[in-house]
Amino acid sequence: MNTVLLNLRAIRGRAYPRIVGLIREPSWIFWETVLPLLSISAFIYVYRSLNAPPMYEGFVVLGGVMTTYWLNVLWSMAAQLYWEKETANLQLYLAAPMSKMSILAGMAFGAIISTTLRATTILLLGIFVFHVKFVISSPLLLLLVFVVALLALYGMGMLFASLYLMWGREAWYLNNLFQEPVYFLSGQYFPVKALGTFLAAAASIIPLTLGLDAMRQILFPESIPWGFLNPWIELGILSVLTVIFLVAAKYALDRIEYLGKTKGTLTMRWQ
Amino acid sequence: MHADAIKCVNLSRDFRSKGKTVHALKNVNLTVKKGELFGLLGPNGAGKTTLIKILTTLLLPTSGRAYVYGYDVEKEFRKIRPIINMVAGGETSGYGLLTVFENLWMFSQFYGIPNKTATERINSMLARLRIQELAKRKVRALSTGERQKVNIIRGFMTEPLIVFLDEPTLGLDVETARMIRKFVKEWIAENKERTVLLTTHYMMEADELCDRIAIIDRGKIIALDSPAELKKLVKSDVSINLEIKPAIKLDWLSRIDGIVGHTAAHQDGKVKLRLVAKDDAVVGEVVSGIYKENGKIVSLHKDEPTLEDVFLKLTGRGLE
Repeated sequence: MNTVLLNLRAIRGRAYPRIVGLIREPSWIFWETVLPLLSISAFIYVYRSLNAPPMYEGFVVLGGVMTTYWLNVLWSMAAQLYWEKETANLQLYLAAPMSKMSILAGMAFGAIISTTLRATTILLLGIFVFHVKFVISSPLLLLLVFVVALLALYGMGMLFASLYLMWGREAWYLNNLFQEPVYFLSGQYFPVKALGTFLAAAASIIPLTLGLDAMRQILFPESIPWGFLNPWIELGILSVLTVIFLVAAKYALDRIEYLGKTKGTLTMRWQ
Repeated sequence: MHADAIKCVNLSRDFRSKGKTVHALKNVNLTVKKGELFGLLGPNGAGKTTLIKILTTLLLPTSGRAYVYGYDVEKEFRKIRPIINMVAGGETSGYGLLTVFENLWMFSQFYGIPNKTATERINSMLARLRIQELAKRKVRALSTGERQKVNIIRGFMTEPLIVFLDEPTLGLDVETARMIRKFVKEWIAENKERTVLLTTHYMMEADELCDRIAIIDRGKIIALDSPAELKKLVKSDVSINLEIKPAIKLDWLSRIDGIVGHTAAHQDGKVKLRLVAKDDAVVGEVVSGIYKENGKIVSLHKDEPTLEDVFLKLTGRGLE
C-alpha cells in the first residue's frame, strides 16, 4: 500500500463526516450564525454610540468571522480526540494503519470547509445588516494571510487535541478557560496594538492575533497606523507558527500514544 | 513466513489504580496457529480484553513479549496494524449522523481501500449479513443487533489476516448472535491464512466456534486445549441441575465430599443450582440438605458436561 495514498484517503475519510454534518444538521444556521451576529451587534452599537470611525464596525464583523474559526478549533478540534475516546472511535483510529496525523488533518480539513461556510454567512449578514464596507488593498496578501492564519490556527488545534487527550475530562473546563481570554488577547474586536507592545507580542503566539491584525490593515487601509506589525512580517511569523504547531502536534500525538499505551488510558474506561 | 499468528511469551500486564497494583495478566504463554479460530474463555475481569488490547497494539505489556504474525507488538506495531482488525461487543463506533454505508466507507479509507473496492466489499457484506436495507439508514437509528452487524462488517471488510473479536455477541438476541457466529465460521473457512481470536464468557459460543480454547482466570491461563479435550477433564464427573424453591442458603454444599464445584443463580424466589460432582452418590446428601433448609426441589436432572463445568472444576466458581 502506497503510504501517501493511504494517508490522503484517511484524510478524506475523516473530513467526510464534518462536511456532511453541515448538511445533516441545519440547526447550525441559527445557533452558529444568528447568535454570533447578536454578539457582533452589541459591539457595533457601542461603537456607533461613541461615533467611532466606520472601520471599527468592520473590525467587529471581521472579528466575528474569525471567532467562528476559533470556536471551531476549540470545540471541534481541541476536544475532539477526547470525545472520540469516549465513543470508542479513538482505539479504532489508533489500531488502523494510517498516520494519526491524517486523522487530525482530516478533522481540520473538514472543519475548515464547514466553518468557512458558516463564517461566510456571518460575513454576508454583517455586510448586509450593518453596511460594512471592505476595501481589499491587496487580494493576494489577504488570501495568503487568511490561509496561513487558518493553517496556524488549526495546527494549534491539532496540538491541543493531543494535549486534551492527556488532560482527559478537564477538556471541557480547558475550553471555557481558553475561550474568553483568547477573544481579548487576539484583539477580536479592537486593534491588538492597543494592548501595548509587550502584551501584543506575547499574544502573537495565538495565530488569530497576527492574522486579524494583518487582515485589518489590508481590508481597512486607514487602520494601518493601528497595525501592530507589517502584514508581510505577520505572514512570515504565521508561517513559522504553522510549522511549529504541526511539528509539536506530531510530537505530542506520538508521545501521548506511547504514554497512553503504557498507562492504559487510550481506550474506554469501561473496557 | 511466520508459522504462528500469535505468540505470547511470559506476558504480564499490571495496572496502577488508587495506589494499588492490579495484575491483569500474569505470565501468559500462548501460541495461536494460522488458520485457527482460537477462543479465550473466562469470566468478566479475567484479563481477556487486556490481552486483546496488547495484541491489537493499544496497550504495552509490563513484562514479557507478544508477537502478531512474528512482529513484536511493542517495537513493530506499525507492521501489525495493516493486517489486523477488531470488533468489540456493545461497540458504538462511527458517527450517528452518517448512514451505515457512509460509516463503513469512512473506516475503509483508514485502511487505504480504493472507493470501488470499498463499495463492492461493503455491499457484499451487507447482503451476506442480510442488512442491505440498512445501507442508507443513519447509524444512530439502528438497534443493538443491527449495529453489531455493522461493526462486524467494519472489522472484516478490510480483509485482515487476524481478527480480534472481544465478546462479539454480548447482549445480542439469539438470532443475531447465531448469524454472527455463522458468519465468523464461514469467513475463516474461506482462507487458511485467516485467524480469529475470540474472547467470550459464553461457553456455548466457545464450544461451537473454537478449534482450541484457553481458559483464563484472574490473569492466568489455567487450561488450553480443544473443547473436546477440555471436556474430558470433567468426563468422569457428573453435572446435575436442580431448581429449588424458595431461594434457600447453600453454604453447606461446600462441606459435602465429592462436590467439585457449584454455581447458583437466584431468580423469582427460586434458585437454579448446577453441581459438578465426582459421582452420583452425592445426590442423596444434597437432597437431604435441601429438605433440612426447608427447600422444595422443583426439578432435578443430570446433564452432559460443558465447558462451564470445566471452568467450575478448575476454579471452583462459575463463568458468570
